Parts: sequence; C-alpha cells; structure tokens
Amino acid sequence: MSDAAIVHGHGDNPTHFAHQFETLEQQHDAGRLGMWVFLATEILFFGGMFMGYTVYRSLHPAAFAIGSHLLDWKFGGTNTAVLICSSLTMALAIRSAQTGKKKGTIIAWLILTMLLGATFLFLKFRYEWYHDYIEHTVPGFGFHYRPEWGAHAPQVQMFMCFYFFMTGLHALHMIVGIGILLVLTWMAARGRFTSQYYAPLEISGLYWHFVDIVWIFLFPLLYLAGGLYSR
Amino acid sequence: MSDSSGHSAHSVHEVHEHIVPLSTYVGVFVALMCLTVLTTGMAWVDMGRWNVVVALIIAVCKATLVVLFFMHVKYNKGLSRIVLIGAVFWLGIMITFTLSDELTRHWEINPQPWVGAIVPVVRHLLF
Amino acid sequence: MSTTATVENLPSSSAEPQVNYLNARYGVRSWLLTLDHKRIGLLYLGTITLMFVVGGIAATLMRLNLIEPQGALVEPETYNKLFSTHGIVMVFFFLVPSIPATLGNFLIPLMIGARDVAFPKLNLMSWYIFVTGCVLMLYVVCTGGVDTGWTFYPPYSSSYAHTDVFLAAMAIFIAGFSSILTGMNFVVTIHKMRAPGMTWFRLPLFIWSLYATSIIFVLGTPVIAITLLLLGVERLLHVGIFDPALGGDPLLFQHMFWFYSHPAVYIMVLPSMGVISELITAFSRKRIFGYSFVAFSSLAIAVISFLVWGHHMFVSGQSVYAGLVFSVLSFLVAIPSAVKVFNWTATLYKGSISYEAPMLYALGFIGLFTIGGLTGLFLASLSTDVHLNGTYFVVAHFHYVMVGGAVMAFMGGLHFWWPKITGRIYPDLWARFAALIIFVGFNLTFFPQFVLGYLGMPRRYAMYPAEFQALNVLSSAGASVLAVGYVIPLIYLFWSLKYGEVAGPNPWGAKGLEWTTQSPPLTENFLKTPIVTEEAYSYETAPEPEVVRV
Repeated sequence: MSDAAIVHGHGDNPTHFAHQFETLEQQHDAGRLGMWVFLATEILFFGGMFMGYTVYRSLHPAAFAIGSHLLDWKFGGTNTAVLICSSLTMALAIRSAQTGKKKGTIIAWLILTMLLGATFLFLKFRYEWYHDYIEHTVPGFGFHYRPEWGAHAPQVQMFMCFYFFMTGLHALHMIVGIGILLVLTWMAARGRFTSQYYAPLEISGLYWHFVDIVWIFLFPLLYLAGGLYSR
Repeated sequence: MSDSSGHSAHSVHEVHEHIVPLSTYVGVFVALMCLTVLTTGMAWVDMGRWNVVVALIIAVCKATLVVLFFMHVKYNKGLSRIVLIGAVFWLGIMITFTLSDELTRHWEINPQPWVGAIVPVVRHLLF
Repeated sequence: MSTTATVENLPSSSAEPQVNYLNARYGVRSWLLTLDHKRIGLLYLGTITLMFVVGGIAATLMRLNLIEPQGALVEPETYNKLFSTHGIVMVFFFLVPSIPATLGNFLIPLMIGARDVAFPKLNLMSWYIFVTGCVLMLYVVCTGGVDTGWTFYPPYSSSYAHTDVFLAAMAIFIAGFSSILTGMNFVVTIHKMRAPGMTWFRLPLFIWSLYATSIIFVLGTPVIAITLLLLGVERLLHVGIFDPALGGDPLLFQHMFWFYSHPAVYIMVLPSMGVISELITAFSRKRIFGYSFVAFSSLAIAVISFLVWGHHMFVSGQSVYAGLVFSVLSFLVAIPSAVKVFNWTATLYKGSISYEAPMLYALGFIGLFTIGGLTGLFLASLSTDVHLNGTYFVVAHFHYVMVGGAVMAFMGGLHFWWPKITGRIYPDLWARFAALIIFVGFNLTFFPQFVLGYLGMPRRYAMYPAEFQALNVLSSAGASVLAVGYVIPLIYLFWSLKYGEVAGPNPWGAKGLEWTTQSPPLTENFLKTPIVTEEAYSYETAPEPEVVRV
C-alpha cells in the first residue's frame, strides 16, 4: 500500500498519466480540486438567479404564492425522488470502480443513472412544461393574465419567468450531465477504469451530485412557495 | 513522496482513497427520501413566513448529506470544503448586500429627532 | 543553491541554435493544437493586441470628435456606439485577459517549477473560447455596433436600443467562460504543482497576485455571465426580470452587473501589482519590503473588492442606507493597495536602482496608480460622488488606474520578460524613449479630464459647452502623443525578434526560477525539476546582470 510503484506497461493506458504531473495521486487531487472550483463557479452562476428570486419573493410574496400554485407539486416531488435515486446510483457506480468490480457492474450503474436522469427530463418537459404551454403560463409564449390574479398579475408572470429560467438552466445541466455519463459508459466499456484509476467517474459524480443539490433547493422554493395548505 | 528525477520515469503511486460502506450510501439515500417527504408534508401546515425557513433548513440538511457522503467531503480533508464554503458564503454576501438595498429603499431618510438636537446642545455647552 | 539549479537547467553549450519551445515543432498545426502553456500565452498575446488596436481606434475617433464642442467627426448616435465599443473591447477583451492570460500563462509554471499548468487542454480550449468571443464582438462592431455603454443598463438595453445588444452580451458571456477556465487552471496549478521546497511564502509575489486574481475570476465571472444571459433572454422574448413594466427592478441588473464588474477592475489591476513587485525588486536588486504584507494585501484586495460594488450606484436610486455601507467599505479597500505602494517605496529605499525601460514603467505605475487610487476616494465618498458621478472625473480616475496603472505594468512586464519569452533583447534606448512618450502622452490626455469633470462636463456626451473646449483639445492632443507611444514598442519589439541581440538565460541578473532556465525555455521548462531552498527575492546571492546597467 506504500510506495510500491505500479508501473503500467507503455501499451496499457499511457495516456492516463499526464506528463505535467509527478504522480497519479497528484493528478487525481488536481482533477478533483479543479471540479470543486468549477462547482464554485456554478454555485455563483445559479446563485445569481437565486438572488433575483429572493429579491422579488421578498417584495411580492402573495404573487409568488399564486405562481407557485400554478405548478404541480406531485411532479416536482416525484422528480426530486428520481434525482435522489440517481445520486445513489452514481455513487454506487463510483464505488463499484473503487472496489474493483467488473466493468459490467460499473456500466449498469451508469446506465441506471442516465435512465433516471432521462426520466426526470421526460417528466419535466412532457408533463410540466408542455402542460404550462397549453395553459398559457409560459412567459414569452402566449402568457395570459388571469382575472383572479388581480394586480398581482405582472409579478405572477415574473414568478413563472424564474420558474422557467431556473428549471431550464437546471435541465440544460442535466442534459450535459447525461452526455458526460454516455462518455463515461463508453470509457467503462473499453475497460478504462480500475480500482486505481477512476478519477473521471468521481469527478463527473461531483458534477452530477451538484445538479441534484440545485434541484433540492429549487423544489421547495418553486413548488412549495405558497404552501400546499391553501390549494 | 513526489518523484523529482524527471518526467521520463513514470512512477505511478497508488491512489489511497477511503471507500464508503454500502450501508452508509443506502442510509443517506433513505434519509434524503424521508426529508423530501418531510418538506412536502410541512408545506401542508400553515406557519406563515416560517414555511420558507423550515423548507430551507430541510433543504440545507439534504444538501449537507449529499455533500458529505455522496461527494465524499467527509472523507477528503482539505480544499474541497474551503472552496464549497467559500462559494456559498460569497453567494450569501451577494444576496445580503443586494437585499440591504432592495428592502430599505422605502425607509425614511429623515434623521432621527435627537440628531437635530445635537448641534444646539453642543453649542449651548460650549458657549 | 540557485547556481546549481541554473547549471542543471541550462543546455551544455550556449552556442546557437538551441532547441526551445519556439522551434521544437513547426507549422500552423503545432501552434493551433499546442498544449504548451508558453505557446498558449503567445496566442493570447496576439489576440489581445488585436483587440487593443480595435479599442484604440474607437478611442481615437472619440477624441477626434471631442475637439469641437458640437462634435467634429460623428453623429451622437455613432458617438454612443464608439464609447460603448471602446469600453466593452478594452474591458472584456483586452484588460481582463491581458496579464493573466499572456504573462500569467507563460510564467506561472516556470515560476513555481512545474512543467505545465494543471489542465493544458482546458488552457487551449479557453483560448479558442476567447477567440470565439472576440470574433462575435468584432462582428457586432462591424455590423452596427452597440450603443448601451459597456454597462448595458436596462430598460434601455432590454427594451429600447436598436443595436445588437443580444450578440454583444453573448460575446462577453463567451469570453467570460474563457476567464473562468483560466482562473480554475491557475488555482489548481498554484495549489498542486509547486516544485519541492516552493512553499507558499517562497512564491514570487506575481504568483500571489495571480492567485488572488483567479479567486475573483472564479467567484465573480459567473455572476456577469448569468446577468448577461438574463438580459439577452429579456431582449429576445420581451419578458424578464429587469423590466419595470413587468414588475421588475432595473437596479437588480445593476447589482448583479457590478457584483462582477467591480471586482473585475481588480482582476485588471492585481496582476499588474504583481508585475510591479517583480520589477521593483529586480531593478533595485533588493528583497521586497514586507513580503507577507504584500502577499496578504493581494488576498485582502480580492476579498474586499466583492463588498463595495454599490459605490457605482450611489445616485441610481439605491437606498441611502446601503450606500452608507458601501461607502465605508470602499474606503477600506484602498488600504491594502496603499500597503503595497508603501512597501514598494520602502523596497526602493537604499536599493541599487537602475532605470531600464521596465523600471521606468514600474516607477510610472507607482505614481499614476497612486493618483488614480486617491481620486477614487472622492468617488467613494457619498456626498462628493453626487457631484462627480457621471462626469469626466470618473473617466480620468479609472483611466489613471487602468492605463496609467494596469497597461503600464503590462508594458513593463512585457519588456522585462521579453528576453525570456523570445530569447532576444530589444533596443533599450528606444524602449526608454517610448516609456517616456507614453507617460507624457498619458498625463496630457487624462489630467485635464479631472478638471473637466470637476467643472461638470458629463461623460458619454458627444457634445459639450464651449467653455470646455480648451481642455478637450489638450486631452485629444495628449491622446495622439499616447498613440505614438504605443506604436513605437510594436515596431522595435517585432524588430528585435529578428535583429535583436541574443539573450542569455538571465540578462537582468534577476531572482526567480524562470531565470534559471535558458532563454527561450524548453517546451518542458526544466531539464530537472528544481528544488527550492531559498526565499524569494534573495538578491544578496543574485548573479550579475548580463546587460549593462545604467
């Protein structure tokens, strides 16, 4: 477990160990730190919209409650559960690489994660967004003010702006995440991951869990904003 | 620990990483599901402006579980914690300072009565 | 110790030609697909020089127009496009990347004893992303420009402007992504890839300043990104969060915009301060006074810079109470900058000073940056800002710190490291002459603007009252001198590539790991990873300069 140098033959994975690093551990550490720094930028990127949401909700709480009631909490809740499952399967994919399982196991967990992610997107686009489009609650695409909103109507539209911006940006990140998982699945199928080399899995896992965490905050802020007691 | 004899000798050291037990992952998963049910359930209770506070507290708990266990922050000492806490703190600065403007815009800017009284009092005391 | 490292890292014979990063591989593909941080630094250098010329042309046309009170050259609508182009191009496409992406990319691995940055492919990708942003911006400039000012304030930018706001915003969004990647790369490289013995407190101060800059890149740029994205969507779909007609708050845009754009000015100035620390020590052949104070002041500037953005909004309708908080904090941010100026001055004291071109730029920086910084305090004070905001006083203030400060430091750094980058020495007499011309031209251009602003001339106006003409003409005359000053180095630096004297590894006799290698360096920088045992700036054991010191 100490400094026994595990020398990979030059024909076997020569590209995994980059020339600018001294050791594989340094490379792994650097990759991980790099992804955390990138996630910090994502926190500020999403954070800008969270700030806008906070400002307007503080100023127009009643309008935001009305807007929140336009959303279906059952879909939101289900999608939350779907993403939590996908975080588990992602963690298990990494764990199976760490414990030296065969590549089939790793691939299975990765595919399960992708399927859960795709489920999330399907529920969101087909049942939530499309439904909102039909009901004329998509800003910029035939948004209709409803008489029962009264003077709150512009801010209800503002809420829906935030809903679509935030869930849209989130969905974009999910799509990119699924793309990354496809690449990882291909790499796993080529037998690239071992109990010593699984850094791409771990680093992508960090990204995937981050996208889950964003949704963990979006769900209560968007779907439960007005409470469910007055529906 | 690092090899300084030049890059031609690719001595690859072992990677020592903590492997999280399966039971921990499953336990965290169950906890996350329960907290999701909890936050949905609490939304049925009318607590006025405390609804959002409770919801955010639960969300922070869920996020913490994901960060500590799924993202291995509990096991990786070092920079990841500082980076994460720093970013969240910075977001907090952005939100707090902006709210300090947005929420105080309609405050009166007339000085308090005692401010206007200071000058005559000082003048009286000095002269 | 440094001598042994020097011997190990120099080629056995100093006879030309030697293999180095410039001639190791030939052909356009070897440059466009390079992973070598040094070549990427040069790719950036070419791109930002081009953007500097574009921004400079806009400025030239502006100053020509302002020779006459009724506008001598262009219609007001065109003038609006000119100052917007000048601001956007100079800020986002020249100053923000300038020192970090050129000198930073080139020098960081050399200074810390590494073979390359942590993520060379991301490094190359960040250049391509930057070029994409530049191309998009140039397209906007050529097809009608944008007239919102570099600040893009809604509702004008979202609802009323007839220019291509969307594309301009997207160009900046794209360029911002490139800075995020650069910042990421630098943070990881500095944390994880220092050579054995290179502890944090042995790092050159240039590295400390780039580290602080990278923190700002990482925390601030995403916010401008989301802000411009939201503005773009609002412009496209006519719904959004900044439009008062839809219940939005235009000031929210300003908060989000300035949350990045204030720290952005420190992105522009911090690396310059790092360069000055290197130049002052090298040309007074002395250790820096108060190393840890200077190092920590870089971090302090980076942190406090995020707390002061509201000082751009004192007269915008922002709450007075928020204004009070931002004003106090703005005074605070001046302190670490002042610490640096004191420490540089103390370094000069009893140093063995010589006046080569880099040192002239450094000394110019200290004076001009101090003036710029002090005038910032008038703007940080709520009551005086009411009079000065929106006038030429502000314009003069930020040009003193940005041009008299950041650009002069960039020129100084370029001259200092030119022999290392190219293996050639430029003609010093011409270099000193150009530095002097730049200094004179700069002051002639911008000092009158302090007076103009105080007298009440507004900024961003194509016309002005007749009593301001004399000062405006003086300023425009100065601008022509400044332009000449910038053209001269372009000529002799290019000339030196072919005809300049060949440089040895350490022409200035400076300390720092980059000077222990050949000039230009090998692709992999060091034959043998250096082991660091001495403190930074140990000029007591420095080698003698190879060029004659005057």
